[in-house]
This record gives sequence, C-alpha cells and structure tokens, in this order.
Amino acid sequence: MQPRDPGDSFTMRRIGKHAARILVVLLLGGFLGATLVRLAPGFGVDEEELDSRLSQDSIQALRQSPAVETSLPAFYLHYLLQLLHGDLGTSQTLRLPVRQLLAERFPETLKSVALGLSAGWTFGLALAMLAAMSRVGWVGLGAFLLASVLLCIPAAVLAMLFVIAQAPGRLVIGLIVFPKIFHYAHSLLARSACLPHVLTARAKGLGSTRVLLWHVLPVAAPQLLALAGVSVSLAFAAAIPVEVLCDLPGIGQLAWKAALGRDLELLVNLTMIVTLITLMANSAADLAAQPVREGEA
Amino acid sequence: MKWIRVAAIVFLVAISSACLLADFVAPATYEQQFRDVPDAAPSNHHLLGTDDLGRDRFSRLLYGTRVSLLLAPAAALLSSLLAALIGGAAGFIGGWLEACVMAATDLFLSLPWLFLLITVRAFLPLNVSPIASVTITFALLGCLGWAAAARVVCADARALCASDIVLLARATGCSGLRLLCRHIVPNLKPVLYAQFWISIPVFILTEANLGMLGLGVAEPLPSWGSLLRELESFSALSLQPCQFAPLVLLVVTVSCFHLAMQKQELLA
Repeated sequence: MQPRDPGDSFTMRRIGKHAARILVVLLLGGFLGATLVRLAPGFGVDEEELDSRLSQDSIQALRQSPAVETSLPAFYLHYLLQLLHGDLGTSQTLRLPVRQLLAERFPETLKSVALGLSAGWTFGLALAMLAAMSRVGWVGLGAFLLASVLLCIPAAVLAMLFVIAQAPGRLVIGLIVFPKIFHYAHSLLARSACLPHVLTARAKGLGSTRVLLWHVLPVAAPQLLALAGVSVSLAFAAAIPVEVLCDLPGIGQLAWKAALGRDLELLVNLTMIVTLITLMANSAADLAAQPVREGEA
Repeated sequence: MKWIRVAAIVFLVAISSACLLADFVAPATYEQQFRDVPDAAPSNHHLLGTDDLGRDRFSRLLYGTRVSLLLAPAAALLSSLLAALIGGAAGFIGGWLEACVMAATDLFLSLPWLFLLITVRAFLPLNVSPIASVTITFALLGCLGWAAAARVVCADARALCASDIVLLARATGCSGLRLLCRHIVPNLKPVLYAQFWISIPVFILTEANLGMLGLGVAEPLPSWGSLLRELESFSALSLQPCQFAPLVLLVVTVSCFHLAMQKQELLA
C-alpha cells in the first residue's frame, strides 16, 4: 500500500476548511433570512382573509395556521428541514414553487453572467497587459479613461443605454466587470513589472511577451485568481438591473419582482443561492491560487 | 496631476454650493407643474426643458443633486461610524468578539450588494411618503455598507494594539477607555476618513441603481436615481438630449470624487 502524500492530506484539509466556512456562513445567512421573513410585517397574513364571503370561523382558522404560530427557532428549524428535503418553499406572488422558478430562470442568468465575465475578463486583462507592458503612453491612458468612465456609470443606466441602442443587454455585465478587472490587474501587473528579476530579464534582452508570460503573470497570478472569485459576485449583482431593464427572464429579474411584491421567502432563497455560488467561487479561486503561492515560496 | 485634483475639488464645491442654494437658484420647485408645456424643449424659461408632467428639469436636477449629494455623505458617515465601532471594538478586544465580527463581515461581504439591499428594502414598507423613502434608502446604505470598512478598521486596530506606542502606553499604566480614546482612535482617523470618502461615490451609484429599479426615493422628490428613470421614456422620435443631463452630472461628479480622493483610495 502506497503511503499517503502529505500534500494530498493538506489539500483535503484546506478543502474541508473552506467547506466548513461556507456552511457556517450559509447557516448564519439562512438564520438572518429566516428572521427577516418571520418578523416581516404581514407575515402569515393571507390575502384570503380579505374575502368578505368568508365566515369569522374560517378567518380564525386561516390565522391559526401552523406557520404563524411557530417561534423563530422552530420556524428556522422547519425551514432547514424543508431545505434538506430540497423544498425551497412557494413564491407568494407568483404562486409557484421556488425550485421550479429557479430551474426555469437560473440558466438564463448563468448564460448572462458567463458571457459578461468572459467579455469583462478578456478585455480587462488584455488591456491591462497591453497598458502595463506597452511603452506607448496613449494605450494605457485610453484604457484607463475608458475604465474610469465606466466605473462612474450605474449598471442600470448602462443597461438602459443598451436598450436605447438596441444592443445585446448581456454585454452590460461585461462592461460592469471590465473596469474593476482592468484597474486591479493593471496595478498588479505594473507592480510586478518593476520587480528586480523582471528588470534583469528585460536587460538581458528578453522579448515583452516572454517577460510577461514567464516573469510578470506568474507573480500576479494568485491575486488575479482572487479577483476572479470577487468578479463572480459583481456579475451576479449587476444581473439584477440588467435583467430588469433588458427584460431577460433570469433570477435577477425574479429577485426584483419578489422585492416589489414583498415576496420575502423567494427573495431570501435567491439571495442564499447567489451567496452560495459566490462563496464557492471565492473558495475555488483561493484553492486554485494555493499551488501558485506554494510554487513561488 | 495636482491641478486635476484641484479642479475636481473646485467642481465638487461648486456643484455642492449650487444645490445647497437650490431654493434661490432654481426657477421653480421640484414638484411645480407647468401643465401647458409638458415635454418642452430647452428655452429661456426652462433651461433644460420640462419632463412629461411639465416639471422644470433644471430645478429638479438641482433639488435631486441636493438629495444625492447631501445624503450619500450622511450614509457614508453612518457606515464609517458603524465600521469604527464594530471593527475598532473587535480589533481592540480581540478573541471571540473579533472572531464573531469577522464571521459577520464574511457573511455581509459574501452577499452580493444589490441582492442584499433589495432583500432588506423589501422587508420595509414600499408605499411610504417621499421623505420616509429617502430616509429608508440612505439609512439602508449606511447600515449595510459597514462590513468592508470594519474589516480594514479591525486589522488596523489589531496592528495598533501590537504597536510600540500602545505597548509603551500600557507600560506607563494607561489602559481601557483612556488607551482607546487617547491612542487607538486618533491613530485610526486616517483610515476612517479614507473609508468615509470612498463610500460616497459607491453610495451615489447604488442609490442611482435602486432609483432606476423603482426601489429608491419615491416621487415627486427627485434624486439622481429617480431623475435617471426618465431615460426609460427616451425615444428617437422625440429626441431630447436634455434627458441625459442627470447622467452627465452624475458621471462627472463621481469622476471628481474619484480624482479628488486618489490618496484616500490608496490608503484604504
């Protein structure tokens, strides 16, 4: 029997740690969400109570439904048990199971977010590399100005401008992600490009591409991977105004409808799911960056 | 680049003064309707024309700027104070309190900002008076925007507690509240100022997003968010470039904040 590699057990420990952190944060978030739903004004009040045809006994029976009577811990426990059985509850406004709504709308958001992230990262990183390595000043200045202007425009306005221009709305997510990627990647690459070993490589006559790929990018890689995790959260947040204004039937639009209809159960479930994705993306980025950090050390 | 920074500060001072003096500068109040001239083009009477309800766009822009430019710093002040209180206490006391605060900041930072905001906004009543809606919107921004700043303040407070000055102060018998007030808080001021200044443009943009989604300041009170909603009725048939005035002003103002606070952004 082969002895276990200590590196493997270290990696497993790290994965376990991340999984435990995700679980704790989700349980905390779930508790806060459940508290919000339970304490919201109007919780447990059914529209049917307004029906004048109902007798006093029927209204009383409606008011004494189990959900209204349970205390907060009992309500949370019930919510968790439901969750473990894959039941995310029912939307009050749309009168449909939350699970069904998610199944219908989540792929649309994933498509938008994936396209936005790809576009944002491609342009952001490409321009950052060009600006950091190029000796032509106007390239960096032009990219910097573009990123700075985009940083000052709200996502909803960009989405509206795309609607007016009849351009594909999904690209707006890319424009929201792009300036953050550009600014952060540019400062990272510029800092890495000034390191002594990079200057030595340049002095020895190595080409810009080789210097970038072999000496600059590996140094900046761990932080860029961390940025990848953060950009997922940014993209999901931008999905709300984009889907609302560009009429894309994703979970962003669903969250907005839930907010306007005060459908807290749906809203809390959506927020928790997006949080889970964000946490998983951050953990994946952190785990992916670990070998790079160890290699540098 | 010092002159760009000075120009940005001059612009911010000018725009803040103009909106503070809106009662004297604006030709009409933000809710006054000129029903005989709805959707009017710019003229001597209405510098930026009128909206579809016949309200003077220039006046609404001034009052809207006042709401956004006064209340975004107020929200930033609230979030910085919360960050100072929570992060400072966690860094100073350490132990289980720090662990709890870090877990709370982890949770807040994992929740996508807009999802969190609209969830909490939906918890509160939506059909409220304009004044209540403006208070709710900016109070929410202030109350929910503390997490990132608290993390920075906590790390700084922890580093300060381990620093030579605090060690020396402890050695001379200084402890507890005196140590906190005389040595920790004054040294945290630069970080807190930086957090305050960098929160302002973030809150301005968030209010604009919420306003455009109909979850911000209620009509007829204008803010940049509600003014930008007018873009929804923009059409090539009735081309009115003045509808873009709030957007231009917003972009220029937020850019000026970024330019004026480059040092603070580096510190944060």
